Amino acid sequence: MSDIIDVASTAATKSTAGAPTGRRPRSGFARYLATKLVAAAVSFLATLVIGFVLFSLMPADPVQSITRGRPTSDAQMAQLRRQLGLDQSVPERFLHFVTDTLSGHLGTSWEFQQPVSSLIGDRLWPTLLLMGTATVISVALGLWLGVRSGWRHGSWLDRIATGASLTLWSVPTFWLGMILLITFSVGIGPIPGFLPAGGMSDPAITGGPDHVLDVAKHLVLPCLTMVLVIFAQYVAVMRSSIIDELGSPYLLTARAKGLRDDDVRRRHAVPNALLPSVTMIFMHLGTVLGGAITVETVYSWPGLGQLSYQALKVPDLPLLQGTFIVFSASVILMNLLADVIYRFLDPRVRAQ
Amino acid sequence: MTHHEPLTKAVSPPKAGADPAPPVAPAAPGPRRNGFAGFVRSFVRIRSGVAGLGILVVFGLLAVCAPLFISDNDLDVIKVDGPSLLAPTGGYPLGTDQEGRSILLLVIWGARSSLSIGLMATVLTVVLGSAVGLVAGHYGGWTGKALMHLTDWFIALPSLPLAISLSAVIGQGTASITIAIAVTSWSSTARLVRAQTLAVEAKPFIERARALGAGGPQVMLRHVLPNVTPLILVSSTLTVASAILSEATLTFLGLGDPTGISWGAMLNSALSGGAVTSGAWWYLYPPGIAILIVVLGFTLTGRAVETLLNPRSVKTR
Repeated sequence: MSDIIDVASTAATKSTAGAPTGRRPRSGFARYLATKLVAAAVSFLATLVIGFVLFSLMPADPVQSITRGRPTSDAQMAQLRRQLGLDQSVPERFLHFVTDTLSGHLGTSWEFQQPVSSLIGDRLWPTLLLMGTATVISVALGLWLGVRSGWRHGSWLDRIATGASLTLWSVPTFWLGMILLITFSVGIGPIPGFLPAGGMSDPAITGGPDHVLDVAKHLVLPCLTMVLVIFAQYVAVMRSSIIDELGSPYLLTARAKGLRDDDVRRRHAVPNALLPSVTMIFMHLGTVLGGAITVETVYSWPGLGQLSYQALKVPDLPLLQGTFIVFSASVILMNLLADVIYRFLDPRVRAQ
Repeated sequence: MTHHEPLTKAVSPPKAGADPAPPVAPAAPGPRRNGFAGFVRSFVRIRSGVAGLGILVVFGLLAVCAPLFISDNDLDVIKVDGPSLLAPTGGYPLGTDQEGRSILLLVIWGARSSLSIGLMATVLTVVLGSAVGLVAGHYGGWTGKALMHLTDWFIALPSLPLAISLSAVIGQGTASITIAIAVTSWSSTARLVRAQTLAVEAKPFIERARALGAGGPQVMLRHVLPNVTPLILVSSTLTVASAILSEATLTFLGLGDPTGISWGAMLNSALSGGAVTSGAWWYLYPPGIAILIVVLGFTLTGRAVETLLNPRSVKTR
């Protein structure tokens, strides 16, 4: 019995899904948003705690690392400790750390001798460009292929798509990047490479359209690497959610109405199957940012990932701490966005 | 979801892994009813699972036997006498690296590091995750909720930045990356074990044990744990796959033992030592393909075992 009701409500929500619904209670949404915002704030606070424990409490003595290799007197060390606030109690230091972070002061990089926040600000845009392009392409490609292979699972297209995604999942991202780099940029044997090997642009090329074209050329390989690794996961999620929908009675209804197979897929199966995929895409965006670390390292792409790698080699703890906080914050932000978008997409969540 | 995310990737491997293998036919005897022999019989039917297991056996044997045919003279930078970056020839089937070492021998030796760190990190992950999951599932209320929030929060945390921060703070070395992998991947096991614990605790035999006077620890260890163990074992096969990918990523970023030989470290020196720019493709392919094959081996085996143990996966496919 409950099954029938379930089907009926699914069918009902389906038919109104596209139509504008004016009767959504406003206050409900505000409350929903408020709870999600509080949860995000708590997560961020927890991130700060981890960051503080990792970078301020665990390292033995930052002053020793800073002055390593340089002759320093005890007085100078004490002076430095006072400057860094290390003579205060732990709760005091944590409070300082939180207020500093919230006001955008992330300390000074040991390696670059610059404020961490300005370094991150400089490197943010290349990463956003790379990740944004890669995400858009892989979402489009992954969802399209996932729908196709899920709809006819077992077909040759499905076999190829799932085989390829399983293989690509098992490949380390950085290795794929190196293979593409040596193939298309350095060239193997008699075939010469034709794409730039690294960086984001050629300093010799300046001025509007030429510069844009140059950046696009530099973007091809890192972007391709990211796409190859990410899209496989979207294929897998979209495929399995389409397969989950396949047995649903509402599809039988749609077919009984005499709709063509393509229409049943496009107008009935895909919108329902899209929901889990959308959530996953958004939850994944933040993590993709972390995956950028290896790709940017391979291609010397001047973004946050390469910055983390440079910080790691020293190791430059304030800089690492800064990138850690930015990566974590972006994940929290994306999860928040996923929750909000999900509510708009799924009428069932809205009704609760 | 029984899979742990590797550091660079967010979701479980494509579900389709076990798909090409025609899952156990509905008529096939269920593994649970027939015990171990029945399980083996059903496993043998899944071709991809057998292939996966075969891969693991081959690599495991190579790693264990490596010291029998590889000596320090082949691996020590100072003692080797091969030409630098030589393309594959008769004497060196896979060519040489910058230092003149045989890449074939390096790849075989690298399996030791990847497999041992992958397995150690998995044991650590599974122990940590199971403990948290069991406690969170058994003691509901405040403790359980707090532990579950912690777990959910760790799942959302970007694992690669956390892992590199952690190993940068602890310092380079094998132990450090093992800990980093475990800390970033225990959360999926914990969630899985908690769900299973809740399911087991709802069964009547737990009530019976309680009525007979069993306390919390006894219920958890003597009654719940044995019932959760099969699931833990399956999930750990898949954990090894992602742990090996994570190990490769971390050693590639230069976080492993600086003098050790591992697949990630080989690729790092290929990139930084100019092998890429000089077109030495023979230095790039072997370590990467080795990682690919081993990860695939664990994934295929894990998926096959999962298909057998999970009656639902037979029904839905």
